[in-house]
Amino acid sequence: MIMEIRPIFASMRKHMIPATLIVLEIALACAVLCNAVFMISQRVSDIHLPNAIDEQSLVTVTLRGTDDKLAGSDVPRNLAALRGIAGVQSAAVISTLPLSTNNWGWSFGTKPESTITDQSTTNVSLFFVGPGIDKTLGLRVVQGRFFNDDDYANSSLGSAPLPETHAVVLTKSLVEKMWPGQPALGKTMYTTGHYYTVVGVMADVLRPNIGGQNYSTAFFPLGAAGSKGVQAYYVMHCDPQDRDRIVREAELKLATINPGAVAKGQTYSEIRTKYFANMSSMAWMLVLVCVVMLAVTAFGIVGLTSFWVNQRRRQIGVRRAVGATRGHIMRYFQTENFLLSTAGVVFGMALAFGINAYLMQHYELNRMPWYYLPCGAIALWVIGQLSVFGPARRAAAVPPVVATRSA
Amino acid sequence: MFGYYLDLALRSLKRNKVLTALMVIAIAVGIGASMTTLTVMHLLSGDPIPTRSATLFYPQVDPSPDPDPGHTHEAWDMMDYRSAMDLWAAHRADRQAMVASGSLRLTAPEVNQPPLMAQMLSTTSDFFPMFDVPFQYGGGWQPQDDQSRSRVAVISSDLNIKLFGGANSVGRTLRLKDNDVRIIGVLAPWRPSPQFYDVAGGRFSNGKTASFYNKPEDVFMPFSSSLDINASGTNIFTCWHVPDADTKIEDKPCVWVALWVQLDSAAKASNYRRFIADYAAQQKALGRLTHADNTTLRSLMQWLDFNQVVPSDVRLQTWLAFAFLLICLFNTVGLLLAKFLRRSGEIGVRRALGATQGAVLAQCLVEAGLIGLIGGIGGWLLTLLGLALIRQQPVEYADLLHLDSMMFLTTFVMAIVASLLAGAVPAWRASRVALGLQLKTL
Repeated sequence: MIMEIRPIFASMRKHMIPATLIVLEIALACAVLCNAVFMISQRVSDIHLPNAIDEQSLVTVTLRGTDDKLAGSDVPRNLAALRGIAGVQSAAVISTLPLSTNNWGWSFGTKPESTITDQSTTNVSLFFVGPGIDKTLGLRVVQGRFFNDDDYANSSLGSAPLPETHAVVLTKSLVEKMWPGQPALGKTMYTTGHYYTVVGVMADVLRPNIGGQNYSTAFFPLGAAGSKGVQAYYVMHCDPQDRDRIVREAELKLATINPGAVAKGQTYSEIRTKYFANMSSMAWMLVLVCVVMLAVTAFGIVGLTSFWVNQRRRQIGVRRAVGATRGHIMRYFQTENFLLSTAGVVFGMALAFGINAYLMQHYELNRMPWYYLPCGAIALWVIGQLSVFGPARRAAAVPPVVATRSA
Repeated sequence: MFGYYLDLALRSLKRNKVLTALMVIAIAVGIGASMTTLTVMHLLSGDPIPTRSATLFYPQVDPSPDPDPGHTHEAWDMMDYRSAMDLWAAHRADRQAMVASGSLRLTAPEVNQPPLMAQMLSTTSDFFPMFDVPFQYGGGWQPQDDQSRSRVAVISSDLNIKLFGGANSVGRTLRLKDNDVRIIGVLAPWRPSPQFYDVAGGRFSNGKTASFYNKPEDVFMPFSSSLDINASGTNIFTCWHVPDADTKIEDKPCVWVALWVQLDSAAKASNYRRFIADYAAQQKALGRLTHADNTTLRSLMQWLDFNQVVPSDVRLQTWLAFAFLLICLFNTVGLLLAKFLRRSGEIGVRRALGATQGAVLAQCLVEAGLIGLIGGIGGWLLTLLGLALIRQQPVEYADLLHLDSMMFLTTFVMAIVASLLAGAVPAWRASRVALGLQLKTL
């Protein structure tokens, strides 16, 4: 093996252009491949982000354009009507849902003097929830308690975007961010004029829009009477197989009993699919690019190596005539390709991490993990060996007699 | 001579069909991918209103009261009502319009259709002439309608088709929440890209800016009367204090109004810049503003740049596509090299019969260009396919995508330039074939 490398280098020096081309092609393919695969993996992990609600059992109807002043009587009436639909196990109202893109955010601090413009505050998505929402969404309270009847009765929305209450339930990730390593129950979060005490901690529920802190979600109690009609999402829990029927019936029912309002029904799965539709089509596009790119690279290597074999038919003949076996010739070309691929992979990895660093600065991407390096290298070695196999076999098939022909 | 080279090139391409097909496919795929993303980029990053953009400006003052050490010295993207109203009412620009958006329930009493939630733009009379908004029927309202809080509305072409089947609906009634409003104008189809007058908050969006390419609102109403009807449904950008209970929207410590002004000359623009600085200084003296030095006047295109309106996914895809094109080109370089040097003997004969190195070079480049042209046709078809695929996606700008004549030409120019670049090294190498050696091997 060692003996064979020197003549290979000598031959490469004589054929600088094709050798350089193969190295460049592999380097570029490696750089783009690593980054594209990394982007795919990030998107796929976003698409599969866990969300601690019973996604498969939820149906929702949004009711908009209602009279805010009548919310106190309308909401209980509407909920009673929805509970009357066969198959609805429970129903409740909420102001928004995870991944609904309908976000109301506010920043809170952990000190009484915190204002919304402080740099140290945490931006939180606010959910204003009505009685029974914990059971309907299937929330898991991991510490403390969820809201009781008093919490709902004593809460209202002024004209302010913040509720007049002092109870809040936060997600596990959010309490960990605000009070790292400390017990969260009984802690208070502040913003000018308002403060809220953590009465419970729930498993991680996604925000209406993700990006950055995906689980900075806060639930506030809000009874219908003081809600000013912000609780536009009627959520129902049911068996997954009943969802489609219940969406239709619930939408029709709410539209009928609220003739002036606009009712729109969806299953929760539809909301989630819609949120990630764009992301998954981007992921598929990246997969397509990777496949076509690898194919183009492979064909390029096949083309160049074939050309190279043709150019060296006479030399191959001479080697065969002086005693090299077919296996020797095959190995020669395979080793040559391995060396070129290695050079390409080394350049390609440097390039890949360079591109990654640039993208991190401009596109909020994360750092590429180290194991992309060996994986990318192996992928391109394999592709290189596969594409050189055909031309190398043809080279090995060159008969020794070629050496005696002309010149 | 060119015709002869073309003939030679065609013969040579026909001789090795697999190799030719490989090169054409590589160029077509590379061009197809990069032209698809480039077309999207071109349509999204273009000037939404080319005839006017140079004279349109976006003034900002900073109503934030906090003498905050961490203050970023960048005013919020919109203004509070008081500042916007003062600047608008001064009428110091050639034209000026306040804008705020919101959503509300809409029905047409004479039409039997279920109510729908419509997007409404609250603005002032200059909006329509200033942005060159095309009307199909009727027209916009007059300045006195802004003063007298007239219950009038202009509706979009889409809404007119939906409610009235596209007929002239001027004079008919819309019910917005529980208020009757008279239609005085119907827009012709109007689809600025992006919907520039609503752009704000791009820097807080993590690059997810596709919503800037939404369709314009369905209902346009005078600012004053729209607040009478829909103050609660108006979108608020952000607040610097929690508003007290039952504060009117006009007095809330919140930013939610944008102001657009038309300034027809550079002198007027610098005058206006001075005007808003003076205004802020005067308001500071009155104790209403804290950051009087923080006023800006960006032009429309500067404002779009500042908001990075092109979604980061689209920019990322463009980078990726060009990296892909580069890989395809390296591949073509390799294959062309193989092709040309395989013909070393032939080239040797031509050289021996008196062809210069330049002639051989030209011949090879013609062949490379021809491959580029054929690849360009493939690339054009793939671009059409790519755009059709993106049009199927649930993105806001899907309906905007088409291949305009400029991008059509760019496809071919890029394909041919790319193939000539790819052909340069192989052609140069082929023209330097050692004469004697080649003739000997024949």
